[in-house]
Amino acid sequence: MKILVPIKRVLDYNIKARVKSDQSGIDLNNVKMSINPFDEIAVEESVRLKEAGKASEIVVVSIGSEKAQDIIRSAMAIGADRGILITTEKAIDTEIEPLMVAKALKEIVAKENPDLVIMGKQAIDDDSNQTGQMLAALLEWGQGTFASKIDISDGKANVTREIDGGLETISIKLPAIITTDLRLNEPRYASLPNIMKAKKKQMDIMSLEELGVDTTPRLKVIKVSEPPVRQGGIKVENVEQLIDKLRNEAKVI
Amino acid sequence: MSILILAEHDNVSLSANILNVVDAANKIGGDIHILIAGYNCGNVCEQAAKISGIDKVIKADAPELEHGLSENVAPIMVDMAGTYTHVLSAASTYGKNIMPRISALLDKQQISDIIEVESPDSFKRPIYAGNAIATVQSMDDIKIITVRASAFDKVDNEGGNAIIEDISSKGDSGLSEFVGQEISESERPELSSANIVVSGGRGVGSKEDFALIEKLADKLGAGVGASRAAVDAGYVPNDYQVGQTGKIVAPDLYIAIGISGAIQHLAGMKESKIIVAINKDEEAPIFSVADYGLVADLFDAVPEMIEKL
Ligand SMILES: Cc1cc2nc3c(=O)[nH]c(=O)nc-3n(C[C@H](O)[C@H](O)[C@H](O)COP(=O)(O)OP(=O)(O)OC[C@H]3O[C@@H](n4cnc5c(N)ncnc54)[C@H](O)[C@@H]3O)c2cc1C
Ligand SMILES: Nc1ncnc2c1ncn2[C@@H]1O[C@H](COP(=O)(O)O)[C@@H](O)[C@H]1O
Repeated sequence: MKILVPIKRVLDYNIKARVKSDQSGIDLNNVKMSINPFDEIAVEESVRLKEAGKASEIVVVSIGSEKAQDIIRSAMAIGADRGILITTEKAIDTEIEPLMVAKALKEIVAKENPDLVIMGKQAIDDDSNQTGQMLAALLEWGQGTFASKIDISDGKANVTREIDGGLETISIKLPAIITTDLRLNEPRYASLPNIMKAKKKQMDIMSLEELGVDTTPRLKVIKVSEPPVRQGGIKVENVEQLIDKLRNEAKVI
Repeated sequence: MSILILAEHDNVSLSANILNVVDAANKIGGDIHILIAGYNCGNVCEQAAKISGIDKVIKADAPELEHGLSENVAPIMVDMAGTYTHVLSAASTYGKNIMPRISALLDKQQISDIIEVESPDSFKRPIYAGNAIATVQSMDDIKIITVRASAFDKVDNEGGNAIIEDISSKGDSGLSEFVGQEISESERPELSSANIVVSGGRGVGSKEDFALIEKLADKLGAGVGASRAAVDAGYVPNDYQVGQTGKIVAPDLYIAIGISGAIQHLAGMKESKIIVAINKDEEAPIFSVADYGLVADLFDAVPEMIEKL
Protein backbone atom coordinates (compact mmCIF):
# COMPACT_ATOMS: atom_id res chain seq x y z
CA MET A 1 0.00 0.00 0.00
CA LYS A 2 1.29 3.40 -0.97
CA ILE A 3 0.45 6.43 1.17
CA LEU A 4 0.52 10.06 0.10
CA VAL A 5 0.84 12.68 2.84
CA PRO A 6 0.24 16.35 1.98
CA ILE A 7 2.10 18.63 4.39
CA LYS A 8 2.00 22.40 4.80
CA ARG A 9 4.65 24.78 6.09
CA VAL A 10 3.07 27.16 8.59
CA LEU A 11 3.98 29.66 11.30
CA ASP A 12 5.15 27.58 14.27
CA TYR A 13 2.30 26.96 16.72
CA ASN A 14 4.28 28.50 19.58
CA ILE A 15 4.58 31.84 17.84
CA LYS A 16 1.94 34.53 18.01
CA ALA A 17 0.87 35.80 14.60
CA ARG A 18 1.54 39.52 14.02
CA VAL A 19 -0.68 41.45 11.66
CA LYS A 20 1.23 43.60 9.15
CA SER A 21 0.72 47.32 9.61
CA ASP A 22 -0.77 47.70 6.11
CA GLN A 23 -3.37 45.02 7.03
CA SER A 24 -2.41 42.91 4.01
CA GLY A 25 -1.69 39.76 6.01
CA ILE A 26 0.51 38.20 8.67
CA ASP A 27 4.19 39.03 8.91
CA LEU A 28 6.04 35.82 8.09
CA ASN A 29 9.49 37.38 7.73
CA ASN A 30 12.14 36.01 10.06
CA VAL A 31 9.79 33.94 12.16
CA LYS A 32 9.99 30.26 12.93
CA MET A 33 8.08 28.13 10.41
CA SER A 34 7.30 24.44 10.93
CA ILE A 35 5.33 21.56 9.54
CA ASN A 36 1.63 21.97 10.35
CA PRO A 37 1.16 19.93 13.58
CA PHE A 38 -1.72 17.88 12.17
CA ASP A 39 0.41 16.99 9.13
CA GLU A 40 3.22 15.81 11.36
CA ILE A 41 0.67 13.49 12.99
CA ALA A 42 -0.26 12.29 9.46
CA VAL A 43 3.39 11.54 8.66
CA GLU A 44 3.82 9.69 11.96
CA GLU A 45 0.71 7.59 11.32
CA SER A 46 1.96 6.62 7.86
CA VAL A 47 5.33 5.61 9.27
CA ARG A 48 3.59 3.48 11.89
CA LEU A 49 1.56 1.78 9.15
CA LYS A 50 4.78 1.08 7.29
CA GLU A 51 6.43 -0.28 10.42
CA ALA A 52 3.40 -2.52 10.94
CA GLY A 53 3.92 -3.93 7.45
CA LYS A 54 0.73 -2.36 6.10
CA ALA A 55 2.33 0.30 3.92
CA SER A 56 5.17 -0.05 1.46
CA GLU A 57 5.96 3.52 0.46
CA ILE A 58 5.27 6.98 1.89
CA VAL A 59 5.40 10.04 -0.34
CA VAL A 60 5.02 13.52 1.13
CA VAL A 61 3.97 16.51 -0.94
CA SER A 62 3.92 20.20 -0.13
CA ILE A 63 2.71 23.21 -2.03
CA GLY A 64 4.57 26.30 -1.01
CA SER A 65 7.72 28.33 -1.39
CA GLU A 66 11.18 26.88 -2.08
CA LYS A 67 11.68 26.98 1.67
CA ALA A 68 9.16 24.19 2.18
CA GLN A 69 12.02 21.80 1.37
CA ASP A 70 12.83 21.96 5.10
CA ILE A 71 9.55 20.40 6.22
CA ILE A 72 9.81 17.75 3.49
CA ARG A 73 13.25 16.84 4.88
CA SER A 74 11.84 16.68 8.42
CA ALA A 75 9.05 14.38 7.24
CA MET A 76 11.69 12.19 5.59
CA ALA A 77 13.66 12.16 8.84
CA ILE A 78 10.58 10.76 10.58
CA GLY A 79 10.37 8.06 7.90
CA ALA A 80 8.78 9.27 4.64
CA ASP A 81 10.52 7.74 1.60
CA ARG A 82 10.19 10.45 -1.00
CA GLY A 83 9.15 14.07 -1.35
CA ILE A 84 7.50 16.32 -3.90
CA LEU A 85 7.59 20.10 -3.69
CA ILE A 86 5.20 22.14 -5.78
CA THR A 87 6.47 25.67 -5.76
CA THR A 88 4.48 28.87 -5.88
CA GLU A 89 5.24 32.52 -5.25
CA LYS A 90 1.76 33.17 -3.92
CA ALA A 91 1.20 33.88 -0.22
CA ILE A 92 0.59 30.49 1.31
CA ASP A 93 -1.89 31.65 3.96
CA THR A 94 -4.04 34.04 1.93
CA GLU A 95 -3.58 33.51 -1.82
CA ILE A 96 -3.37 29.73 -1.99
CA GLU A 97 -6.89 28.50 -1.35
CA PRO A 98 -7.95 25.00 -0.22
CA LEU A 99 -9.76 24.32 -3.52
CA MET A 100 -6.55 25.09 -5.46
CA VAL A 101 -4.56 22.83 -3.14
CA ALA A 102 -7.12 20.05 -3.54
CA LYS A 103 -6.91 20.38 -7.34
CA ALA A 104 -3.12 20.27 -7.26
CA LEU A 105 -3.23 17.23 -4.98
CA LYS A 106 -5.64 15.54 -7.37
CA GLU A 107 -2.99 15.84 -10.09
CA ILE A 108 -0.38 14.35 -7.79
CA VAL A 109 -2.73 11.48 -6.92
CA ALA A 110 -3.17 10.83 -10.66
CA LYS A 111 0.62 10.58 -11.06
CA GLU A 112 1.38 8.62 -7.90
CA ASN A 113 -1.68 6.38 -7.55
CA PRO A 114 -1.66 6.09 -3.74
CA ASP A 115 -4.05 3.71 -1.97
CA LEU A 116 -4.48 6.12 0.90
CA VAL A 117 -4.01 9.83 1.50
CA ILE A 118 -3.49 10.85 5.14
CA MET A 119 -3.46 14.59 5.80
CA GLY A 120 -4.15 17.11 8.55
CA LYS A 121 -7.69 18.10 9.47
CA GLN A 122 -6.74 21.75 9.56
CA ALA A 123 -3.87 24.04 8.69
CA ILE A 124 -3.25 26.22 11.75
CA ASP A 125 -2.66 29.34 9.65
CA ASP A 126 -5.83 29.64 7.55
CA ASP A 127 -7.83 27.37 9.93
CA SER A 128 -9.93 26.28 6.93
CA ASN A 129 -10.49 22.58 7.62
CA GLN A 130 -11.46 21.93 3.99
CA THR A 131 -8.71 20.46 1.83
CA GLY A 132 -9.10 16.76 2.71
CA GLN A 133 -12.86 16.77 2.22
CA MET A 134 -12.42 18.64 -1.08
CA LEU A 135 -9.82 16.23 -2.37
CA ALA A 136 -12.09 13.31 -1.48
CA ALA A 137 -14.90 14.98 -3.46
CA LEU A 138 -12.73 15.65 -6.52
CA LEU A 139 -11.50 12.04 -6.54
CA GLU A 140 -14.93 10.62 -5.67
CA TRP A 141 -13.33 8.77 -2.77
CA GLY A 142 -14.61 8.14 0.73
CA GLN A 143 -13.44 10.37 3.58
CA GLY A 144 -12.65 9.70 7.22
CA THR A 145 -12.22 13.09 8.83
CA PHE A 146 -10.90 14.04 12.31
CA ALA A 147 -9.43 10.58 12.92
CA SER A 148 -8.28 9.49 16.36
CA LYS A 149 -7.81 5.83 15.37
CA ILE A 150 -7.17 4.06 12.06
CA ASP A 151 -7.37 0.33 11.35
CA ILE A 152 -6.55 -0.90 7.87
CA SER A 153 -7.61 -4.35 6.68
CA ASP A 154 -9.19 -6.06 3.65
CA GLY A 155 -9.13 -3.00 1.41
CA LYS A 156 -10.95 -0.91 4.00
CA ALA A 157 -10.08 1.59 6.67
CA ASN A 158 -11.97 1.67 9.96
CA VAL A 159 -11.71 5.22 11.17
CA THR A 160 -12.70 6.47 14.63
CA ARG A 161 -13.64 10.12 14.32
CA GLU A 162 -13.67 12.85 16.97
CA ILE A 163 -17.09 14.45 16.66
CA ASP A 164 -18.84 17.11 18.75
CA GLY A 165 -20.89 14.54 20.65
CA GLY A 166 -18.07 12.06 21.30
CA LEU A 167 -16.65 9.43 18.95
CA GLU A 168 -17.94 7.80 15.78
CA THR A 169 -16.52 4.89 13.81
CA ILE A 170 -16.99 4.51 10.08
CA SER A 171 -15.61 2.07 7.56
CA ILE A 172 -14.37 3.49 4.26
CA LYS A 173 -13.35 1.73 1.09
CA LEU A 174 -9.79 2.26 -0.13
CA PRO A 175 -8.54 4.32 -1.84
CA ALA A 176 -9.68 7.00 0.58
CA ILE A 177 -8.78 10.23 2.34
CA ILE A 178 -8.20 10.35 6.08
CA THR A 179 -7.69 13.58 8.03
CA THR A 180 -5.96 13.51 11.40
CA ASP A 181 -7.02 14.81 14.80
CA LEU A 182 -4.73 15.49 17.74
CA ARG A 183 -5.27 12.21 19.58
CA LEU A 184 -4.28 9.94 16.65
CA ASN A 185 -0.69 9.62 17.82
CA GLU A 186 2.24 11.49 19.30
CA PRO A 187 4.86 12.16 16.62
CA ARG A 188 8.39 10.94 17.37
CA TYR A 189 11.50 13.05 17.36
CA ALA A 190 13.78 12.37 14.42
CA SER A 191 17.12 10.83 15.38
CA LEU A 192 20.37 12.35 14.12
CA PRO A 193 21.20 9.36 11.86
CA ASN A 194 17.72 9.58 10.34
CA ILE A 195 18.12 13.32 9.77
CA MET A 196 21.36 12.55 7.91
CA LYS A 197 19.72 9.78 5.89
CA ALA A 198 16.84 12.09 4.95
CA LYS A 199 19.27 14.40 3.15
CA LYS A 200 19.88 11.69 0.56
CA LYS A 201 16.26 10.83 -0.12
CA GLN A 202 14.67 11.83 -3.41
CA MET A 203 12.86 15.14 -3.71
CA ASP A 204 11.20 16.26 -6.95
CA ILE A 205 10.44 19.91 -7.46
CA MET A 206 7.99 21.39 -9.94
CA SER A 207 5.94 24.56 -10.11
CA LEU A 208 2.23 24.92 -9.53
CA GLU A 209 1.94 26.32 -13.07
CA GLU A 210 3.59 23.21 -14.52
CA LEU A 211 0.91 21.11 -12.89
CA GLY A 212 -1.68 22.98 -14.92
CA VAL A 213 -3.99 23.79 -12.03
CA ASP A 214 -6.44 26.67 -12.21
CA THR A 215 -5.23 29.23 -9.68
CA THR A 216 -7.72 32.00 -10.28
CA PRO A 217 -8.56 33.26 -6.78
CA ARG A 218 -12.14 32.84 -5.63
CA LEU A 219 -11.71 34.78 -2.44
CA LYS A 220 -10.31 38.25 -2.18
CA VAL A 221 -8.75 39.11 1.15
CA ILE A 222 -9.86 42.69 1.68
CA LYS A 223 -7.95 43.08 4.91
CA VAL A 224 -6.41 41.24 7.80
CA SER A 225 -6.82 43.05 11.09
CA GLU A 226 -6.05 42.65 14.77
CA PRO A 227 -8.86 41.14 16.81
CA PRO A 228 -10.34 43.47 19.43
CA VAL A 229 -8.09 43.32 22.48
CA ARG A 230 -9.58 42.18 25.71
CA GLN A 231 -9.00 44.49 28.63
CA GLY A 232 -7.17 42.61 31.35
CA GLY A 233 -9.23 42.70 34.54
CA ILE A 234 -8.33 42.61 38.17
CA LYS A 235 -6.93 40.10 40.63
CA VAL A 236 -9.20 39.22 43.50
CA GLU A 237 -7.83 38.46 46.95
CA ASN A 238 -9.83 35.38 47.82
CA VAL A 239 -12.78 33.16 47.00
CA GLU A 240 -15.21 35.32 48.95
CA GLN A 241 -14.32 38.40 46.93
CA LEU A 242 -14.56 36.43 43.70
CA ILE A 243 -18.07 35.23 44.48
CA ASP A 244 -19.09 38.73 45.51
CA LYS A 245 -17.80 40.22 42.24
CA LEU A 246 -19.54 37.59 40.15
CA ARG A 247 -22.81 38.15 42.01
CA ASN A 248 -22.88 41.88 42.44
CA GLU A 249 -20.57 43.43 39.86
CA ALA A 250 -20.73 41.14 36.83
CA LYS A 251 -24.13 39.71 37.82
CA VAL A 252 -23.46 36.42 36.06
CA ILE A 253 -24.34 34.03 38.90
CA MET B 1 -31.20 36.11 -2.64
CA SER B 2 -32.02 32.62 -1.50
CA ILE B 3 -30.30 30.66 1.18
CA LEU B 4 -30.16 26.94 1.83
CA ILE B 5 -29.15 25.75 5.29
CA LEU B 6 -27.95 22.22 5.92
CA ALA B 7 -29.23 21.32 9.40
CA GLU B 8 -27.49 19.08 11.89
CA HIS B 9 -29.62 16.60 13.82
CA ASP B 10 -29.73 13.04 15.16
CA ASN B 11 -33.06 12.11 13.50
CA VAL B 12 -34.84 12.95 16.75
CA SER B 13 -33.95 16.53 17.48
CA LEU B 14 -32.46 19.44 15.68
CA SER B 15 -29.11 20.79 16.94
CA ALA B 16 -29.53 24.13 18.67
CA ASN B 17 -26.82 25.68 16.47
CA ILE B 18 -29.35 26.00 13.62
CA LEU B 19 -30.83 29.02 15.43
CA ASN B 20 -27.50 30.85 15.17
CA VAL B 21 -27.07 29.85 11.54
CA VAL B 22 -30.51 31.29 10.75
CA ASP B 23 -29.42 34.54 12.41
CA ALA B 24 -26.42 34.64 10.06
CA ALA B 25 -28.74 33.90 7.14
CA ASN B 26 -31.01 36.77 8.18
CA LYS B 27 -28.01 39.09 8.09
CA ILE B 28 -27.35 38.01 4.50
CA GLY B 29 -31.05 38.42 3.71
CA GLY B 30 -33.42 36.56 1.40
CA ASP B 31 -35.60 33.44 1.42
CA ILE B 32 -34.36 30.77 3.79
CA HIS B 33 -34.82 27.05 3.23
CA ILE B 34 -33.61 24.28 5.52
CA LEU B 35 -32.53 20.86 4.31
CA ILE B 36 -32.93 17.92 6.68
CA ALA B 37 -31.17 14.81 5.40
CA GLY B 38 -31.83 11.83 7.64
CA TYR B 39 -33.90 8.73 8.25
CA ASN B 40 -37.29 8.76 9.97
CA CYS B 41 -36.58 12.40 10.58
CA GLY B 42 -40.15 13.73 10.40
CA ASN B 43 -40.00 15.21 13.91
CA VAL B 44 -36.86 17.09 13.08
CA CYS B 45 -38.58 18.63 10.07
CA GLU B 46 -41.50 19.76 12.23
CA GLN B 47 -39.09 21.43 14.63
CA ALA B 48 -37.35 23.17 11.74
CA ALA B 49 -40.66 24.36 10.27
CA LYS B 50 -41.42 26.21 13.51
CA ILE B 51 -38.26 28.29 13.47
CA SER B 52 -39.13 31.89 12.93
CA GLY B 53 -38.39 33.23 9.45
CA ILE B 54 -38.09 29.95 7.56
CA ASP B 55 -39.89 29.70 4.22
CA LYS B 56 -39.47 26.04 3.44
CA VAL B 57 -38.13 22.83 4.96
CA ILE B 58 -36.86 20.22 2.53
CA LYS B 59 -36.80 16.66 3.75
CA ALA B 60 -34.63 13.90 2.32
CA ASP B 61 -35.54 10.74 4.22
CA ALA B 62 -33.76 7.49 3.40
CA PRO B 63 -31.89 4.71 5.26
CA GLU B 64 -28.53 5.71 3.75
CA LEU B 65 -28.95 9.20 5.25
CA GLU B 66 -29.42 8.00 8.83
CA HIS B 67 -25.88 8.76 9.98
CA GLY B 68 -25.16 11.89 7.96
CA LEU B 69 -22.36 10.31 5.90
CA SER B 70 -20.80 13.04 3.81
CA GLU B 71 -20.59 10.85 0.69
CA ASN B 72 -24.38 10.37 0.74
CA VAL B 73 -25.53 13.82 1.88
CA ALA B 74 -23.32 15.95 -0.38
CA PRO B 75 -24.80 14.82 -3.74
CA ILE B 76 -28.30 15.84 -2.62
CA MET B 77 -27.07 19.33 -1.82
CA VAL B 78 -25.10 19.58 -5.04
CA ASP B 79 -28.21 18.84 -7.04
CA MET B 80 -30.22 21.54 -5.29
CA ALA B 81 -27.58 24.22 -4.88
CA GLY B 82 -28.00 25.78 -8.33
CA THR B 83 -31.11 27.66 -7.30
CA TYR B 84 -29.50 29.27 -4.26
CA THR B 85 -27.06 32.15 -3.81
CA HIS B 86 -25.81 30.88 -0.42
CA VAL B 87 -25.46 27.48 1.21
CA LEU B 88 -24.84 27.56 4.97
CA SER B 89 -24.17 25.16 7.80
CA ALA B 90 -22.81 25.41 11.33
CA ALA B 91 -19.04 25.07 11.70
CA SER B 92 -19.59 22.01 13.88
CA THR B 93 -17.93 18.67 13.13
CA TYR B 94 -21.08 17.81 11.15
CA GLY B 95 -20.88 20.90 8.94
CA LYS B 96 -17.10 20.79 8.64
CA ASN B 97 -17.27 17.23 7.39
CA ILE B 98 -19.89 17.75 4.69
CA MET B 99 -19.70 21.36 3.44
CA PRO B 100 -16.22 21.26 1.82
CA ARG B 101 -17.30 18.17 -0.09
CA ILE B 102 -20.27 20.07 -1.49
CA SER B 103 -18.09 23.05 -2.21
CA ALA B 104 -15.54 21.10 -4.25
CA LEU B 105 -18.24 19.22 -6.18
CA LEU B 106 -19.71 22.60 -7.15
CA ASP B 107 -16.25 24.03 -7.86
CA LYS B 108 -16.66 26.79 -5.25
CA GLN B 109 -14.25 27.99 -2.58
CA GLN B 110 -15.87 27.61 0.84
CA ILE B 111 -15.64 30.38 3.42
CA SER B 112 -15.08 28.66 6.77
CA ASP B 113 -16.19 29.70 10.22
CA ILE B 114 -17.57 33.18 9.60
CA ILE B 115 -18.08 35.44 12.63
CA GLU B 116 -19.66 38.41 10.85
CA VAL B 117 -21.63 39.17 7.70
CA GLU B 118 -20.36 42.43 6.16
CA SER B 119 -22.48 42.17 3.01
CA PRO B 120 -23.96 39.28 1.01
CA ASP B 121 -20.53 38.53 -0.45
CA SER B 122 -18.13 39.72 2.28
CA PHE B 123 -17.50 38.03 5.59
CA LYS B 124 -15.20 38.18 8.57
CA ARG B 125 -13.44 35.05 9.75
CA PRO B 126 -10.72 34.39 12.31
CA ILE B 127 -7.39 32.99 11.12
CA TYR B 128 -4.24 32.01 13.05
CA ALA B 129 -6.21 30.81 16.08
CA GLY B 130 -8.09 34.08 16.23
CA ASN B 131 -4.94 36.20 16.41
CA ALA B 132 -6.09 37.89 13.22
CA ILE B 133 -9.42 38.55 11.57
CA ALA B 134 -9.62 38.31 7.78
CA THR B 135 -12.30 40.13 5.82
CA VAL B 136 -12.86 38.14 2.63
CA GLN B 137 -14.98 38.73 -0.40
CA SER B 138 -16.22 35.78 -2.40
CA MET B 139 -16.18 35.90 -6.20
CA ASP B 140 -18.18 32.67 -6.52
CA ASP B 141 -21.79 32.78 -7.70
CA ILE B 142 -22.84 30.38 -4.96
CA LYS B 143 -21.33 31.11 -1.58
CA ILE B 144 -20.64 28.03 0.52
CA ILE B 145 -20.27 29.05 4.15
CA THR B 146 -19.82 27.54 7.58
CA VAL B 147 -20.93 29.68 10.50
CA ARG B 148 -19.33 29.97 13.93
CA ALA B 149 -22.48 29.59 16.02
CA SER B 150 -21.13 31.36 19.12
CA ALA B 151 -20.61 34.57 17.12
CA PHE B 152 -24.30 34.91 16.24
CA ASP B 153 -27.51 35.25 18.25
CA LYS B 154 -30.22 32.64 18.41
CA VAL B 155 -33.42 33.32 16.50
CA ASP B 156 -36.76 32.25 17.96
CA ASN B 157 -37.47 28.54 17.63
CA GLU B 158 -41.20 29.20 17.74
CA GLY B 159 -43.64 31.09 15.60
CA GLY B 160 -42.67 29.83 12.15
CA ASN B 161 -44.94 27.84 9.90
CA ALA B 162 -42.87 26.68 6.94
CA ILE B 163 -44.07 24.14 4.43
CA ILE B 164 -42.31 20.77 4.37
CA GLU B 165 -41.40 19.37 0.98
CA ASP B 166 -39.96 15.96 0.14
CA ILE B 167 -36.94 15.37 -2.03
CA SER B 168 -35.38 12.04 -2.96
CA SER B 169 -32.00 10.77 -1.84
CA LYS B 170 -29.28 10.11 -4.41
CA GLY B 171 -28.76 6.63 -3.01
CA ASP B 172 -25.90 5.01 -1.16
CA SER B 173 -22.47 5.88 -2.56
CA GLY B 174 -21.05 2.61 -1.25
CA LEU B 175 -17.88 4.48 -0.30
CA SER B 176 -18.44 4.57 3.43
CA GLU B 177 -20.43 2.85 6.10
CA PHE B 178 -21.41 3.72 9.65
CA VAL B 179 -20.01 1.26 12.20
CA GLY B 180 -20.84 2.70 15.61
CA GLN B 181 -20.61 5.60 18.00
CA GLU B 182 -19.88 6.50 21.59
CA ILE B 183 -21.84 9.58 22.49
CA SER B 184 -21.02 11.22 25.83
CA GLU B 185 -24.16 11.20 27.94
CA SER B 186 -24.55 14.07 30.33
CA GLU B 187 -27.26 15.79 32.29
CA ARG B 188 -25.30 19.01 32.18
CA PRO B 189 -25.92 21.83 29.74
CA GLU B 190 -24.30 21.28 26.36
CA LEU B 191 -20.86 22.90 26.23
CA SER B 192 -21.35 25.01 23.09
CA SER B 193 -24.61 26.56 24.26
CA ALA B 194 -24.25 26.70 28.07
CA ASN B 195 -24.55 30.09 29.80
CA ILE B 196 -21.77 29.16 32.20
CA VAL B 197 -18.79 26.93 31.44
CA VAL B 198 -16.33 25.59 33.99
CA SER B 199 -13.15 24.19 32.42
CA GLY B 200 -10.26 22.29 33.91
CA GLY B 201 -6.71 21.90 32.62
CA ARG B 202 -3.58 19.92 33.29
CA GLY B 203 -3.37 21.56 36.71
CA VAL B 204 -6.31 19.45 37.87
CA GLY B 205 -3.88 16.56 37.85
CA SER B 206 -6.02 13.45 37.47
CA LYS B 207 -9.27 12.00 36.26
CA GLU B 208 -10.40 11.52 39.86
CA ASP B 209 -9.73 15.13 40.78
CA PHE B 210 -11.60 16.35 37.72
CA ALA B 211 -14.75 15.49 39.73
CA LEU B 212 -14.01 18.70 41.61
CA ILE B 213 -14.46 20.71 38.41
CA GLU B 214 -17.70 18.88 37.69
CA LYS B 215 -18.98 19.49 41.20
CA LEU B 216 -18.41 23.22 40.84
CA ALA B 217 -20.11 23.14 37.44
CA ASP B 218 -23.13 21.43 38.96
CA LYS B 219 -23.36 24.07 41.69
CA LEU B 220 -23.53 26.69 38.96
CA GLY B 221 -25.67 24.73 36.49
CA ALA B 222 -22.75 24.98 34.09
CA GLY B 223 -21.37 22.99 31.18
CA VAL B 224 -17.95 21.39 31.60
CA GLY B 225 -14.98 21.98 29.33
CA ALA B 226 -11.28 21.20 29.31
CA SER B 227 -7.96 22.11 27.76
CA ARG B 228 -6.28 19.84 25.26
CA ALA B 229 -3.77 18.80 27.90
CA ALA B 230 -6.57 17.57 30.17
CA VAL B 231 -8.11 15.59 27.30
CA ASP B 232 -4.78 14.14 26.17
CA ALA B 233 -4.05 13.06 29.75
CA GLY B 234 -7.36 11.20 29.78
CA TYR B 235 -9.09 13.23 32.52
CA VAL B 236 -12.11 13.75 30.22
CA PRO B 237 -13.30 12.66 26.73
CA ASN B 238 -12.32 14.48 23.53
CA ASP B 239 -15.62 16.32 23.14
CA TYR B 240 -14.79 18.45 26.22
CA GLN B 241 -11.92 20.21 24.44
CA VAL B 242 -12.27 23.97 24.08
CA GLY B 243 -10.00 25.78 21.64
CA GLN B 244 -8.73 26.43 18.14
CA THR B 245 -9.19 22.82 17.16
CA GLY B 246 -11.92 21.89 19.62
CA LYS B 247 -15.14 23.65 20.53
CA ILE B 248 -15.65 27.38 20.41
CA VAL B 249 -17.66 28.75 23.30
CA ALA B 250 -18.80 32.22 24.31
CA PRO B 251 -20.83 31.88 27.53
CA ASP B 252 -21.73 34.67 29.94
CA LEU B 253 -19.23 33.22 32.38
CA TYR B 254 -16.17 31.06 31.67
CA ILE B 255 -14.14 29.76 34.61
CA ALA B 256 -10.69 28.40 33.67
CA ILE B 257 -9.13 26.31 36.42
CA GLY B 258 -5.57 25.04 36.23
CA ILE B 259 -5.32 26.17 32.61
CA SER B 260 -2.26 28.19 31.54
CA GLY B 261 -3.91 30.05 28.64
CA ALA B 262 -2.09 28.90 25.48
CA ILE B 263 -3.21 30.76 22.34
CA GLN B 264 -4.90 27.59 21.09
CA HIS B 265 -7.05 27.48 24.21
CA LEU B 266 -7.79 31.22 24.20
CA ALA B 267 -9.00 30.87 20.60
CA GLY B 268 -11.93 28.85 21.88
CA MET B 269 -13.09 30.99 24.81
CA LYS B 270 -11.86 34.55 24.66
CA GLU B 271 -15.18 35.88 23.38
CA SER B 272 -16.84 34.85 26.66
CA LYS B 273 -18.51 37.77 28.43
CA ILE B 274 -16.82 37.31 31.80
CA ILE B 275 -13.69 35.22 32.24
CA VAL B 276 -12.45 33.95 35.59
CA ALA B 277 -9.05 32.30 35.98
CA ILE B 278 -7.91 30.28 38.94
CA ASN B 279 -4.24 29.39 38.72
CA LYS B 280 -1.42 29.13 41.23
CA ASP B 281 1.07 30.75 38.87
CA GLU B 282 0.49 34.51 38.86
CA GLU B 283 2.43 34.80 35.58
CA ALA B 284 0.07 32.43 33.72
CA PRO B 285 -1.03 34.03 30.41
CA ILE B 286 -4.67 33.21 31.16
CA PHE B 287 -4.68 36.17 33.59
CA SER B 288 -4.16 38.60 30.71
CA VAL B 289 -7.65 37.83 29.39
CA ALA B 290 -9.37 37.24 32.75
CA ASP B 291 -11.79 39.80 34.17
CA TYR B 292 -11.27 38.25 37.59
CA GLY B 293 -8.09 36.39 38.40
CA LEU B 294 -7.52 34.41 41.55
CA VAL B 295 -3.96 33.32 42.26
CA ALA B 296 -4.51 30.21 44.37
CA ASP B 297 -4.11 26.48 44.56
CA LEU B 298 -7.20 25.07 42.91
CA PHE B 299 -7.42 22.33 45.55
CA ASP B 300 -8.02 25.07 48.15
CA ALA B 301 -10.05 27.50 46.06
CA VAL B 302 -12.47 25.16 44.29
CA PRO B 303 -13.74 23.29 47.37
CA GLU B 304 -14.18 26.65 49.10
CA MET B 305 -16.18 27.95 46.14
CA ILE B 306 -18.39 24.87 46.13
CA GLU B 307 -19.03 25.40 49.84
CA LYS B 308 -19.75 29.13 49.65
CA LEU B 309 -21.94 29.19 46.56
C1 LIG C 1 -2.16 22.05 16.60
C2 LIG C 1 -2.50 22.32 18.03
C3 LIG C 1 -3.81 22.50 18.38
C4 LIG C 1 -4.16 22.73 19.70
N1 LIG C 1 -5.49 22.91 20.00
C5 LIG C 1 -5.82 23.13 21.29
C6 LIG C 1 -7.19 23.35 21.65
O1 LIG C 1 -8.12 23.31 20.80
N2 LIG C 1 -7.48 23.56 22.96
C7 LIG C 1 -6.52 23.61 23.94
O2 LIG C 1 -6.84 23.81 25.11
N3 LIG C 1 -5.23 23.42 23.61
C8 LIG C 1 -4.86 23.17 22.32
N4 LIG C 1 -3.55 22.95 22.05
C9 LIG C 1 -2.58 22.79 23.15
C10 LIG C 1 -2.06 24.09 23.75
O3 LIG C 1 -0.96 24.55 22.99
C11 LIG C 1 -1.59 23.86 25.21
O4 LIG C 1 -0.62 22.85 25.24
C12 LIG C 1 -2.73 23.44 26.16
O5 LIG C 1 -3.83 24.32 26.01
C13 LIG C 1 -2.23 23.45 27.58
O6 LIG C 1 -3.23 22.98 28.46
P1 LIG C 1 -3.23 23.41 30.00
O7 LIG C 1 -3.33 24.89 30.09
O8 LIG C 1 -4.27 22.61 30.68
O9 LIG C 1 -1.82 22.86 30.51
P2 LIG C 1 -0.53 23.65 30.98
O10 LIG C 1 -0.07 24.61 29.97
O11 LIG C 1 0.41 22.62 31.47
O12 LIG C 1 -1.04 24.51 32.22
C14 LIG C 1 -1.43 23.97 33.45
C15 LIG C 1 -1.67 25.16 34.38
O13 LIG C 1 -2.18 24.69 35.61
C16 LIG C 1 -1.61 25.46 36.65
N5 LIG C 1 -1.67 24.65 37.87
C17 LIG C 1 -1.00 23.50 38.14
N6 LIG C 1 -1.35 23.02 39.33
C18 LIG C 1 -2.24 23.88 39.86
C19 LIG C 1 -2.95 23.94 41.08
N7 LIG C 1 -2.84 22.99 42.01
N8 LIG C 1 -3.78 24.98 41.28
C20 LIG C 1 -3.91 25.96 40.35
N9 LIG C 1 -3.27 25.95 39.18
C21 LIG C 1 -2.45 24.92 38.93
C22 LIG C 1 -0.22 25.78 36.20
O14 LIG C 1 0.27 26.95 36.85
C23 LIG C 1 -0.42 25.97 34.71
O15 LIG C 1 -0.66 27.32 34.37
C24 LIG C 1 -3.17 22.76 20.71
C25 LIG C 1 -1.84 22.60 20.35
C26 LIG C 1 -1.50 22.38 19.04
C27 LIG C 1 -0.05 22.19 18.68
N1 LIG D 1 -0.09 24.15 0.71
C1 LIG D 1 -0.32 22.90 1.11
N2 LIG D 1 0.55 21.91 0.78
C2 LIG D 1 0.33 20.63 1.17
N3 LIG D 1 -0.73 20.26 1.90
C3 LIG D 1 -1.62 21.21 2.26
C4 LIG D 1 -1.47 22.57 1.88
N4 LIG D 1 -2.52 23.26 2.37
C5 LIG D 1 -3.29 22.38 3.05
N5 LIG D 1 -2.75 21.14 2.98
C6 LIG D 1 -3.27 19.91 3.61
O1 LIG D 1 -4.63 20.08 3.92
C7 LIG D 1 -4.86 20.00 5.33
C8 LIG D 1 -6.00 20.90 5.72
O2 LIG D 1 -5.72 22.25 5.41
P1 LIG D 1 -6.84 23.40 5.40
O3 LIG D 1 -7.99 22.87 4.63
O4 LIG D 1 -6.17 24.57 4.75
O5 LIG D 1 -7.17 23.68 6.84
C9 LIG D 1 -3.51 20.33 5.93
O6 LIG D 1 -3.40 19.79 7.23
C10 LIG D 1 -2.56 19.66 4.94
O7 LIG D 1 -2.49 18.27 5.15
